[in-house]
Amino acid sequence: MSVPPDIEVDAALFEFALRLGDSALVLGQRISAWTGHAPVVEEDLALTNVALDLVGQARLWLTLAGDVEGAGRDEDRLAYYRDASEYRNVLLVERPNGNFADTIVRQFLFDTWHFYLLQRLGSSNDERVAGIAQKSVREVAYHVRRSGDWVVRLGDGTDLSRTRVQAALDELWPYTGELFAPDDIDRAVAGRGIGCDLAALREPWLRHVDGILADATLARPKDGWMHSGGKSGRHTEQLGYLLAEMQSVRRSIPGDRW
Amino acid sequence: MVNAAAPALDDVWRWLADVPDPEIPAISVVDLGIVRDVAWSGSGDDATLAVTITPTYSGCPATRTIERDIVAALREHGVERVALSVKLTPAWTTDWLTAGVREKLRAYGIAPPEERAGATSGDILRFVETKTACPRCGARDVTLTSAFGSTPCKALYRCNACLEPFDHFKCH
Repeated sequence: MSVPPDIEVDAALFEFALRLGDSALVLGQRISAWTGHAPVVEEDLALTNVALDLVGQARLWLTLAGDVEGAGRDEDRLAYYRDASEYRNVLLVERPNGNFADTIVRQFLFDTWHFYLLQRLGSSNDERVAGIAQKSVREVAYHVRRSGDWVVRLGDGTDLSRTRVQAALDELWPYTGELFAPDDIDRAVAGRGIGCDLAALREPWLRHVDGILADATLARPKDGWMHSGGKSGRHTEQLGYLLAEMQSVRRSIPGDRW
Repeated sequence: MVNAAAPALDDVWRWLADVPDPEIPAISVVDLGIVRDVAWSGSGDDATLAVTITPTYSGCPATRTIERDIVAALREHGVERVALSVKLTPAWTTDWLTAGVREKLRAYGIAPPEERAGATSGDILRFVETKTACPRCGARDVTLTSAFGSTPCKALYRCNACLEPFDHFKCH
């Protein structure tokens, strides 16, 4: 793969680490909103724990981004003092929670991609990236098992659960294209052996997704026009509300400590 | 150079073996494999104890408490200069729990991990219910009731023989 010559390595790694950290942080914030509202107490526990894993992973990526940038921004500075246009998460994770089926389908599509991405980043030639990926992939494997199990239970469940999970799949599918579409930043880190070829993740991702959808008696939506822009800061309006809530306390009393 | 007054590393390990995990006080932070290394650097008044830890789950809320507890325990034994560093690689795994530690967990009422991490046969992305043994009566007729339990490292089960609910320390 060719390396775009005009992107300096640390600048590319900074952006790449933000993408990973922001995607984990935004999804973690999204699903933590289910705490106290999940349909059963077991799901309350599960969504909260998955949220904790994701926020924990986000802290590692954002700390790395801050170190690479070298401008004195730590994880909190990056999480709490950037506006939506500075966030680099994929659009899929900022989609609203909707009903339980919407939340589970979003989780399943992301978890599966997250797993294959982290698995490959585990052999990154940047040992910081490899270390975070090797640690996170163990947690994410469990996330994939759980969300896939729910897709099967809902899809192969009642008429209502099947209708809702299929509708969620149809709604969210156009947000999956961005996961596998590399841009110059992705190519810069992949070309240097720090990142990986995102397009190559689609084949194993699709194989697992198809297997689960078959068990769930669900139909995979046709590939059509795909949303994109999250990785370069062009977000849907939904992200602004999420960040406003997440950042409000820190921004009202800057620098305060617990 | 190690200062003559600096405590021996064997003593340091013994002190740390008395620091309980905040969530599962039956086992220590050494039992869990969180403390990876201790070493002295510098000498005389500059002698600093370098403690290397590897956190368990990224989302474990106990991590900060564990760091504080380690530093506090060392202070109690007169070690004032402690440099705590976090090492992510190799990633923490339940394979580091010795047979003795697993027995401690069982005696405390938590079913310990039985398999080696990554040794699971089949598709690791497919959910397979671990048929663990009830820590109270030993029966293997158990049902998973929740993929997560009271902490990120555990899942919740119910024993169909003695009907008691119990935590299972997940293989990780």
